[in-house]
Amino acid sequence: MFDWIQHIADWFVYDILNLGKDEHLAAALNFFIYDTTKILILLFIVIFLMGIVNSYFPVDKVKNYLSRNKLYGLEYLMASLFGVVTPFCSCSSVPLFIGFVRGGIPLGVTFAFLITSPLVNEVAIGLFIGLFGLQTTIIYVISGILLGTISGIILQKLQLERYLTPWVKEVLANAQKDQEAFIAEKQTLKQRLPIIWDEVLKILKGVLPYVIIGIAIGGLMHGYIPEGFFEQYMDKDNLFAVPIATILAVPMYSNASGILPVVQVLVAKGIPLGTAIAFMMGVVGLSLPEAMLLKKVMTLKQIAIFFGVVTLCIIISGYLFNLVL
Amino acid sequence: MIKVIKILGTGCAKCEAMTAVVKQVVIENNIDASVEKIEDIMKIMEFNVMITPALVIDNVVTIKGRIPTKEEVLALLN
Repeated sequence: MFDWIQHIADWFVYDILNLGKDEHLAAALNFFIYDTTKILILLFIVIFLMGIVNSYFPVDKVKNYLSRNKLYGLEYLMASLFGVVTPFCSCSSVPLFIGFVRGGIPLGVTFAFLITSPLVNEVAIGLFIGLFGLQTTIIYVISGILLGTISGIILQKLQLERYLTPWVKEVLANAQKDQEAFIAEKQTLKQRLPIIWDEVLKILKGVLPYVIIGIAIGGLMHGYIPEGFFEQYMDKDNLFAVPIATILAVPMYSNASGILPVVQVLVAKGIPLGTAIAFMMGVVGLSLPEAMLLKKVMTLKQIAIFFGVVTLCIIISGYLFNLVL
Repeated sequence: MIKVIKILGTGCAKCEAMTAVVKQVVIENNIDASVEKIEDIMKIMEFNVMITPALVIDNVVTIKGRIPTKEEVLALLN
């Protein structure tokens, strides 16, 4: 499907720049051109499709749905799924949290949404398809959704309401099940498209620098690090690799667009996919900046429990990935 | 009558972008308005928004979670 991009990259590197096929620079440059073009096309498609879905399921609608309907345990999965279609910005996590709690949505369900949203979103999916192919992407998306769902259920069982900051407890006490009806914008797809289109371009513009830098670093590593280089350090049989990778990743922050191209090269050079994905989930899903934001609504103890549970789930899914793939 | 514009946002890049657009529109069109940026989360939550940035004109939330175009802001202010 993407052969034509490879032809363009080959033509540019070997014919126009006249670089030899066995030069490191040529391999790195070729990889860079091919990957950037392919990924931008895929990102564009996925962001656009998700933009359409999101336009019909804005977050207010999601909140009202979750707060009104009795879902008999399925609410965690639903929240997690909604997390996928809602574009995530870490700066919105606190208002989202309060909004959900105020709508009478259980804490665990709110967490399910907040965990999945950064892990599985339009940018992550687009990149994933480009870098790892469709099959791995589907496995990743499913495990991301399950990760949010299961972490949410565990966190609900731990009854963390008592560890909320006082003003959030007050919000919780005044939570209302029946919210004012959400006034759905009755627009046709044709009316929605310009706004969606605008958003697509803005998101693309926003992630473009990260993608290019990420792929450039990836390209350098690709050209200069020999195949199987990491295998000697991070063998699949090394039981500690997954937890170490995850714990190292948790304080770090990058969005999916910056970290994924690097992860792909790590995998190509011999790090097991599960270990690499656990690392990526740790970087994207949890971070020090997010902990700082959450301090406004949760006590340190609650943040620690939240991070602990999610970290544990990431480690488990890393092991599972390594077993399955 | 002077318009009271509030921009709700905890200080992310999108919120800064929205503030810039709004301020530009107000200056370029000589609109009689006060522009205030609200970063305190407790005050933000009083407006019941879940996605920032949000544009509030005379206490009505108009745009949520995205950066509006200049034309859009101008239309809302008139």
